[in-house]
Amino acid sequence: MANIKLDNLLKSYGDTEVLHGVNGDINDGEFVVIVGPSGCGKSTLLRMIAGLETVTSGEVSIGGKMVNNLEPADRDIAMVFQNYALYPHMSVYDNMAYGLKIRGIAKSEIKRRVNEAAEILEIGDYLKRKPRALSGGQRQRVAMGRAIVREPSVFLFDEPLSNLDAKLRVQMRLEIRKLQKRLGVTSIFVTHDQVEAMTLGDRLMVLNGGYVEQFGTPIELYENPQTVFVAGFIGSPAMNFIPATARDDGTVELQNGDVVPGVATTGTVTLGVRPEHLVPHDKGMFQIKVLMREQLGANTLIHGVLKGTDTEMVVSLAGTHDISEGAEMRFSAAKKLLHFFDATTGKRLS
Amino acid sequence: MIENRPVLTFLSHLILIFGVAMIAFPIWITFVASTHTDIRMTQVPLPLWPGDQLFVNLNETLIGEGAAGTNNVPVWRMMLNSLVMALSIAFGKIAISLISAFAIVYFKFPFRMMFFWLIFITLMLPVEVRILPTYEVVAKLGLLNSYAGLSLPLIASATATFMFRQVFLTIPDEMLESARIDGAGPMRFFWDILLPLSRTNIAALFVILFIYGWNQYLWPLLITQDTNMTTIVMSIKQLLESAEATPEWNIIMMTALLAMLPPILVVVFMQKLFVKGLTETDK
Amino acid sequence: MLKRVHFPTSYLPYLLVAPQIIITLVFFIWPASQAMYQSLLIEDAFGLSTEFVWFENFQVLFEDPKYLESFIRTMWFSGAVALLSMGMAIILAGFADRVIRGAMVYRTLLIWPYAVAPVLAGALWVFMFNPTLGIISYFLEGFGIDWNHYLNKSQAMGLVIMAAAWKQVAYNFLFYLAAMQSIPKSVIEAAAIDGAGPLKRFWTIVFPLISPTTFFLIVINAVYAFFDTFGIIHAVTQGGPAGSTNILVYKVYNDGFVGLDLGGSAAQSVILMILVIAMTVVQFRFVERKVEY
Repeated sequence: MANIKLDNLLKSYGDTEVLHGVNGDINDGEFVVIVGPSGCGKSTLLRMIAGLETVTSGEVSIGGKMVNNLEPADRDIAMVFQNYALYPHMSVYDNMAYGLKIRGIAKSEIKRRVNEAAEILEIGDYLKRKPRALSGGQRQRVAMGRAIVREPSVFLFDEPLSNLDAKLRVQMRLEIRKLQKRLGVTSIFVTHDQVEAMTLGDRLMVLNGGYVEQFGTPIELYENPQTVFVAGFIGSPAMNFIPATARDDGTVELQNGDVVPGVATTGTVTLGVRPEHLVPHDKGMFQIKVLMREQLGANTLIHGVLKGTDTEMVVSLAGTHDISEGAEMRFSAAKKLLHFFDATTGKRLS
Repeated sequence: MIENRPVLTFLSHLILIFGVAMIAFPIWITFVASTHTDIRMTQVPLPLWPGDQLFVNLNETLIGEGAAGTNNVPVWRMMLNSLVMALSIAFGKIAISLISAFAIVYFKFPFRMMFFWLIFITLMLPVEVRILPTYEVVAKLGLLNSYAGLSLPLIASATATFMFRQVFLTIPDEMLESARIDGAGPMRFFWDILLPLSRTNIAALFVILFIYGWNQYLWPLLITQDTNMTTIVMSIKQLLESAEATPEWNIIMMTALLAMLPPILVVVFMQKLFVKGLTETDK
Repeated sequence: MLKRVHFPTSYLPYLLVAPQIIITLVFFIWPASQAMYQSLLIEDAFGLSTEFVWFENFQVLFEDPKYLESFIRTMWFSGAVALLSMGMAIILAGFADRVIRGAMVYRTLLIWPYAVAPVLAGALWVFMFNPTLGIISYFLEGFGIDWNHYLNKSQAMGLVIMAAAWKQVAYNFLFYLAAMQSIPKSVIEAAAIDGAGPLKRFWTIVFPLISPTTFFLIVINAVYAFFDTFGIIHAVTQGGPAGSTNILVYKVYNDGFVGLDLGGSAAQSVILMILVIAMTVVQFRFVERKVEY
């Protein structure tokens, strides 16, 4: 078991810098998800922790020990790859045993560990099969088993669920979560899927363009997004963003002249409000012209524009609502559910 | 088939059978000649159907005196020489190509590209065009009349190296990453992962190289003066010359048959590997 | 070209490339540079002294009508071998592709000449065409044709071309059949629905689609005819009669080992090297561009 410390990690390929100084402390036994759009540097960061990429500058420490120059095999980690990377010519048993054999662990001990992992993952029946004779979900389990038998102090997951179909993905997600809680091993999980991130992680590190946007618990990220990017990335459907101008009296004025309570600042701001936080109200401050309506059963999505502007708005109402397209409606939201961001820097204005 | 035209299908088979007959005719004639007595083989017209002397001729050729003009080296000895040469070339090429392709694909080291181009150049230097100076080098090294001299100059091969490079490049990067996390060093990775994953390619290449090695002619002709080192393919030329004086065509053709039998068997029985090897080394 | 992740630098990769590099240097690069150097030297008749003469050997070669004849003869020979063997192969492959059932049986029966050494191929054909004994010359006599490739120049050339083409049909057949079988059946079916008969389909659909294979095979056959036919010539005609089958690769051997003209032979080697390099470049430049079906 170990904690991980990332200290000002920087990575560049030639002249191109892809990670611009990443900081973060991951506690012992914690499950941290690194999430971000493709190309944000999340896989690179994970591979630097694994030792598969060199560190340009900064430090990676595992269990209080600087590991920058250690071989992957010497970092006491195990990794699950996106395509599983099972050795195609070895049986399931040999795939799991290979790393232990190389480490010179006694045969009986290898057998005990592999059988134990196989039992946890319910793959005991396939131990003699080759990977090609397994389904996607089974391969996924073998890849996990290969990580478990090593009894490492850190698990690294590189988008391990993205090759599975939607149903299996949800199921494996829960299993990984349960397994991690049961084993209590510090884990880092990389994904581009924010739902996966929210459900799995104790804490989420949101990465964008090589910068850490925010590092916090799922609820912190949802309730208190520190940047426009995080606000838009976390939550589905995504947050509505409305351009507005701050006035002297602590309110903001929308482009159609409507005034909304705001924050004490000056200049242009971005007002953010989540679709599920908008409620119909006769005197509501948001006048929305309905363009389209989606009935999902459990809730109803209303797509429209802010009246008098071309700012697109989405509203999510619980239950079914019979709203005709083309109608004009007013919505309001509680003041604490309104988020204000600096229009130029995208940072949160408290 | 797109449309049902029985006449056309019949015609197709007819033409194919005719084609097969044409292709097989020279080999058939060789076989027929090897089943008759030497007397019968001097009477015009020569037979078109096999006689009853196959085993007599086989016995005389393989372990007996053979035909005149071979300087009394038994044919089995020549076949053994051919086998040693073919196997050394095939194994030698595969071994050195495997490890050099491994180095070029899996390591980043100074002069890597220089080595790559050096190997590439050998593609442009078939033995036929560098024959005289290569002979001199082998003579200076004292390798005339030796198995090493027979095989070493033919062992370096860009095509085999390129093929393995291609094979290695198609193996996912995660194989290596996973092996490194498992703690495998370079040579361990090579033995445990890379070799098993390349084994059909190795087998396919082996088939091609065995035929290539067995069929070498010009090079053995130059560097073996010692009759004990004669290969069976080489001996055919001497036999043809001796045929002017002593036309033992039954023995000559039996020798020819024995000379082509091993590679033909390899092609026919390992057809799948052979086709794979052929298409992968040349493209 | 290189894996994303690689092993750290050490002495190991040098050890791994060493065997191949050493053999390449000793048996390829060194002899080839020797050939280049010798091509610039003239040795006197007794082998006592050598003189550096720049490109005189090449000049002599290009002014030698025999060399130019051999050059043209080689082109002619290669063209004839390629045309004959590729022509036969494409016809057989076309029919084999049609029959489906049995195509693999025909393939097995057609590919074995590939395994026959060139010198053996020569021996087989010289035996069949032996002027006094040969089975085919016997039949030809029935047609009033007097076959003697030891005396008749065009018959000698014809014989080596046939032997060389015979051996290469197998190779061409394999590649043509594979190319034809990789054309999606739907394309052929669409043409059939458009009303194209089998022959029309072959010329307007199949032949254009396999043109990359044709181009590839032209290069491969040219290389084969240039260099791999030494054994055939050596067994059948030894370049005769009167040099009528003396192609370039045979001439290098003959002038060097039999005629002992080291400078001239080396100059010929250098020219051959340039030809191989040209063909390799053509192959890599154009053959890589395969048509995607």
